[in-house]
Amino acid sequence: MTRIGPEQMDDLALGAAVLGTGGGGDPHIGKLTAMAAMRRHGEVTMIGLDELGDDDLVVPAAMMGAPTVMVEKLPRGDEIVGAFQGLNAYLGRPVTAVTPIEAGGLNSTTPFVVAATLGLPLVDADGMGRAFPELQMVTPTLHGIAATPMAIGDEKGNSAILNTCDNLWTERIARTMTIQMGGVAFIALYAMSGSQARQALVPGTVSLAIQLGAAIRGARRAKRDPIDAVLAITGGRRLFNGKIVDVQRRTERGFARGDAIFRGLGTDEGHELQIRFQNENLIALRDGEVAATVPDLITVLDAESGEPITTETLRYGFRVVVIGMPCAEAWRSEAGLALVGPRAFGYDVEYRPL
Amino acid sequence: MAKELRTLTVEDIRALEIGAAILGTGGGGNPYIGRLRTEQLLKAGRTLSVLPLEALDDDDLVAGVGGIGAPVVGIEKIERGDECLQAMRAVERATGRQAAAVISCEIGGANSMEPMITGAQAGLPVVDGDGMGRAFPELQMCTFFIYGLKPAPAAIADEKDNSVVFTGTQDMFWLERLSRATAVDMGATAGYALPPMRGEFVRRVAVPGTVTQAIDLGYAVLLARRKKRNPVEAILKACDGVLLFEGKIVDVNRRLARGFAVGRATLHGLGADAGATLAIDLQNENLIAIRDGTPIATVPDLICMVDLESGQPITTEVLRYGLRVAVLGLPCHPLLSAPEALAVIGPRAFGYDLEYRPLRGSRG
Amino acid sequence: MLRIGIDVGGTNTDAVVMDGTRVVEWVKMNNSADITAGITAALHQLLRQAGVEATQIGAVMIGTTQFTNAVVQRRDLAPVAALRLCLPAAQSLPPMVDWPEDLREAVGNCWFLAHGGYEFDGREIAPLDEAELRGIAGQIRDRGIDAVAISAVFSPINREMEQRAADILGNELPGAQITLSEEIGRVGLLERENAAILNACLRPLGARVVDAFTRALAGAGIEAPLYLTQNDGTLMAADYAKRFPVLTFASGPTNSMRGAAFLSGLQEALVVDIGGTTTDVGALHHGFPREAGAAIEVGGVRTNFRMPDVLSIGLGGGSLVQDGATLTVGPQSVGYKLVEEGLVFGGQTLTATDVAVAAGMAEIGDAEKVRELDASLVTRTLAAISSMVEVACDRMLLTPEPVPVLVVGGGSILVGDKIGVLSATRPPYFPVANAVGAAIAQISGEIDRVYALAELPREQALADAKRQATERAVEAGAVADSVEIVEVEEVPLAYLPSNATRIRVKAVGDLARG
Repeated sequence: MTRIGPEQMDDLALGAAVLGTGGGGDPHIGKLTAMAAMRRHGEVTMIGLDELGDDDLVVPAAMMGAPTVMVEKLPRGDEIVGAFQGLNAYLGRPVTAVTPIEAGGLNSTTPFVVAATLGLPLVDADGMGRAFPELQMVTPTLHGIAATPMAIGDEKGNSAILNTCDNLWTERIARTMTIQMGGVAFIALYAMSGSQARQALVPGTVSLAIQLGAAIRGARRAKRDPIDAVLAITGGRRLFNGKIVDVQRRTERGFARGDAIFRGLGTDEGHELQIRFQNENLIALRDGEVAATVPDLITVLDAESGEPITTETLRYGFRVVVIGMPCAEAWRSEAGLALVGPRAFGYDVEYRPL
Repeated sequence: MAKELRTLTVEDIRALEIGAAILGTGGGGNPYIGRLRTEQLLKAGRTLSVLPLEALDDDDLVAGVGGIGAPVVGIEKIERGDECLQAMRAVERATGRQAAAVISCEIGGANSMEPMITGAQAGLPVVDGDGMGRAFPELQMCTFFIYGLKPAPAAIADEKDNSVVFTGTQDMFWLERLSRATAVDMGATAGYALPPMRGEFVRRVAVPGTVTQAIDLGYAVLLARRKKRNPVEAILKACDGVLLFEGKIVDVNRRLARGFAVGRATLHGLGADAGATLAIDLQNENLIAIRDGTPIATVPDLICMVDLESGQPITTEVLRYGLRVAVLGLPCHPLLSAPEALAVIGPRAFGYDLEYRPLRGSRG
Repeated sequence: MLRIGIDVGGTNTDAVVMDGTRVVEWVKMNNSADITAGITAALHQLLRQAGVEATQIGAVMIGTTQFTNAVVQRRDLAPVAALRLCLPAAQSLPPMVDWPEDLREAVGNCWFLAHGGYEFDGREIAPLDEAELRGIAGQIRDRGIDAVAISAVFSPINREMEQRAADILGNELPGAQITLSEEIGRVGLLERENAAILNACLRPLGARVVDAFTRALAGAGIEAPLYLTQNDGTLMAADYAKRFPVLTFASGPTNSMRGAAFLSGLQEALVVDIGGTTTDVGALHHGFPREAGAAIEVGGVRTNFRMPDVLSIGLGGGSLVQDGATLTVGPQSVGYKLVEEGLVFGGQTLTATDVAVAAGMAEIGDAEKVRELDASLVTRTLAAISSMVEVACDRMLLTPEPVPVLVVGGGSILVGDKIGVLSATRPPYFPVANAVGAAIAQISGEIDRVYALAELPREQALADAKRQATERAVEAGAVADSVEIVEVEEVPLAYLPSNATRIRVKAVGDLARG
C-alpha cells in the first residue's frame, strides 16, 4: 500500500499520457481535478491487486467521450462521484475499492477523484495497460466479466443504469448516450469481486505510469534523453524519428479518427511513417510496411522533451520520435487479439509482437 | 382496490383495435400487430382485466407502458413479446417497489395494446384511462408529464435483454431524447415504462374511461358493418363527436422532418360539403383542419378521419388521392385544454400562430 | 414473331395468336375436366382458324387462375415448414398466426423460429446458428416435409441470411424446395412470410401445372418457349414460374387490363370489366395496372404481393333490377343462369341485360320480350347503372385529370359511350382482351429496399436500385438492352435516423427472341 498525494499527479498524468498511445484524453484536466479533490479530502491510499480480499467489491470509474470535446467541455467536478454512487446504490452492497479501467490517459486520474472524495482505496491496476477506444476492449471481457450494471451520467444531472446482454452492447448504448449528452459522460462499470479483479486486471499500471512520469521529468532535469528513460522502463524501442507533415481528422460516431504522416529526420531521412488512429494510435506503417500495431503501444513523443502528443494535438511541424512498447501479455492470446488486435479495428494484417 | 374488474374478450380486443385507431387521429401506429399479440395471450388462457379509474387506491402504484420506435420497423421486427414488461421490471428493480396496475400513455393507435399485453403477462389489471385520450408524436405530450410527473426513473428494454433505466433526467425533453436515441440503437423498437405513479395522481390526471371509449367506438363500427348501416353515423352516436367534413382526398403532400411525417392533405367536399375544400395539416397525427381557409378544429381536439363507406380509420401512411372520407371532430378532455396543457399540446406548441378554440361536441 | 396468348379461366379458355401487334385470330372454348387436353384443343382450333403452322409460333404465354383457386379452395396444397430467422426478436407472433384455421391445417401448421434477421440499418439481430438450423432440418426431415419457406426480419435490406440458411438446409434436405421471402414480398414481416409460405405450398402444384402446359403445347406440335404471366402483367419463364407460382395470383384481371390497354392504344385509362355478377375497375398507368398499396388478402391470408388495385362492385349483366322504394341494380345476380332466367331469354327475372336490350343498347335474346318495359324504369335503371360505374371509376382515379375508360367483358353492353364526364369505349377483340394481355406481356424485375440516405447519397441509392431491378429483369429472361425503368417510388420513413428511405424500382424489358 502506498499513499498518493497531489504532488504525484504530475508524474501520473505524464506517464499515463505515454501509455495513452495518443488517446485517452488530455490528462492535464484530469490531473487538476484529481489534485483539487485530494487537496480537499486528503491523500489516496493505493493498494496492490494482491492486497484485495476475495469478497472486496471493486468498481472501475472513468470518463468516456471524444477527446476533442473533453478539452472544451470541462467537467463540473463531481459527476464521476455521482455515477459511482449511482452504481453503488444499484448494487445494493458497499463498494470497497475503486480502480481505473484504463490507465492510459485521463482515466488514470479520474478514479483518484472518487477515491479521495469517498475515502476508498484505489487499486494499482487497470483493464488495459494502455488506452483503447471502446468500452468492451478490456481484460475483464476476456474473463467473461460483464460491463453492466453500469452507471452513466453527465454534468446536467442526466443519469442512467445500463444492463446489457454483452459488453459490445454496453459500448454501443453507452456511446450513443454519451453523444446525446454532448460528447462526454462519466461512468462506473465492470463491478467485480476481489478475486475476479486479481484474475482479470492488468497489475501495477498506475505505479508504472507514475514511474514513467517521474523518469521523464528526472531525465529532463538531468539533461539526459527522456525517451531513453521511457524505453528502459517499458522495454520498448524507437520506431521513427521525424516531423509531422500531414494530419487528417474527422469525428465519427464520437471517435476522433484519422491519419498522421511523418517525414523522416536523421537516421530516418528519406523515409515516411504513417499512423492511423481512432482516438488511440492503431497502426504504424513505415514506407507502407507495417512497423507496429495494436495491441502493442504506439506513442508519439516530442523529440526534445519526450512529452507525449495526443492525437488531437498533433500538428504540422512537430518534431517527434515515435516509439513502440509491448502490450500486456493478456492481449496476446487468441481471444485478446480478436478483441483488440489489428483485425478488430478493420486492418487485415497479422499481429507481430514488438 | 375495489374489484370491479371487467374481463376482455377476443371480440373486445378487435373492437379496441378499431376504436384506438380512430382515436389515433391519423397517427399512433397500426394496432393490428398489437391486437394479434393480445389475442394470442387470450387464446393461451391469460386474463385481460380493465380497472375503472376511480377504483385505484391512493397508494397503488401504476406503471405507464408502451412501445417506442419506428412503426415501419414494428411491422418487420415484431416484438419478442415482453419488452414492456422487462422495462417495467427494470423500473421496479431501480425503485424497489412493485406496480399494482398498468396504464396506457396513449390510447390512440398501437399503444392501446401494449399495456394490455403487459397486464396479461404480469397478471395486473389495465386502468380504464390513458395519458392522452388520443395520440401525439412525442412522449412528453401526455397528461402525466404535463401535470407534474418527474421524468425519472423510467426505463426502456429490447428483445436482446438490454435495458436502460433513466435514473435522473434534467427534464422531460432529455428523457425523450435519450430514450429515443437508445431505442434506435436497440433496433428502433423497444418497450418503455414510465416512472411509477401513485393511484391518487393517476385518478386526478389520467384521461378517464378511454379504454372503454375505444372499445365502444370499435363496436359501433363493427355492428354498423354487420347490419349494413352507416358506420360514420354509428361512430358519432357513440361519442361526443361531430361531422366536420365529408370529402374526397385530392392531394397529399408529405415529407420527412426530424423523424416525423409532416404534411398536408387536401379534400374536396362531397354531399352537403360539395364545393368546399378542407385542408388538414399533420405531423404523424392530424393537427389542424382548415375549411375554405378558416381553421375549424385544432389540437388538442381530435381530428379523426375514417373511410366514408366502411368507417375504417385512416392513418397518415395510407393517405392517398381518391379516398372518400369522413372527417370527425371529437372535443378533447378538459385536462388537455387547460392552460398548462395547451403550452405543450396546443396549436402554438406545434408552431401554429393560432388561438385554441374548443370544438363544440354533439352533446353540447 | 407469332405469339400465342392463352387465358385459362374459371369457365373458358381463351386463346389468341398475334403477329407483332396485330391480332390474327382468336378462339373461346368452354373448359373441360382435363385442362391440358382443353388447351391442346384450343391450340389446334386456333392454328387451324388462323392458317398458321405450329412451327411458326415463336412463344406461348399463359395466364391462369389455378393457383389462386387452389388456395381459395384449399386443395392441391403441399405441407410446408416455415422457418423464421428472428430470435430473440419476433417471438410474440408465430408464423401463420392470423391464417384461417382450415388453411393453416391444409399446409401442416409446421413452423420454427431460429436466430438471425437484421435490424433496420443492416446490423444482425443475431448471427445464424448453424447447429440450430441443422437441428431444425432434422425435424423437418422427420415430418417428411419437402417444401420450406424461409423468412428473415428485414431481408429486403439484405438477402444474405436467407440464402445462407437455404444453403444449410439444402445440404441437410437434398430434395427440398426452398422459397426465400425476400424473392417474393416486401417490407412487412407477416405479410411477406405469408407470401413465402403460400408460394412454398404451391410449388408441387406449380411443377405439375407447368409440365401440363408444356405437354399441351407439345400436343399441338408447338416447340416454342412457354411463359406464364404474373400479377403485375409481366412474364415469367416456365422454370421461373415453377419456383414462384404465387406470382401468378391476379394475373387474370391484370391480363384483362393490359389487353384492353393494348387493343385501344391507351397507356393511361381506367378499365371497367363487366361480368355476369361483378364489375372490376382497375387503373392503367404507363400501360400497367396500378398496384394496390395496402396488404391484399388471398384466401383469407394477408400478403403484400404486387397485386393490381382492383375495385369490385356488385354490378353485372345478370344483376337483378328491383324497383321498390328506391331502384336498385344488384348486388344479387342470376350469374351464368342469365340465359335461362333473363326476360329476353324467356325467363322471369328482370336483369340489367334486359334493360340494356330494351334500350336498344344490345341485341341479345328476344327484344320483343322486353318491349313492354316501362320507359321511365329503363331510363332510371340505366342512370343507376351509369352512376354506379361512375362512382367506381372516380374512386379509382389518382389525379383530377380525366382519363378514358375502356369497357370489356360480356356485360359491357350495360354502359354507353359516356360514364359521367369520362368517355368510354369498347376496344376491338374485347371478348379475349385477357388472352391478348398475356400475348403482349413483357418481362420485369423489381426491387423494394430500405436505403440509409445519410450514408449513401440519393443518386447512388437510386442508381443501385435501378441496377438491381434491371438485373432481376434480365435474370427473369429480358433482353438486356431493351430493359427500361418504368417505375420509381421513394417513401421516407418516419422516426428513423440516417434519412432511411424505402426505394422501389420496376424495370421492364422485352423477352428474348427464339
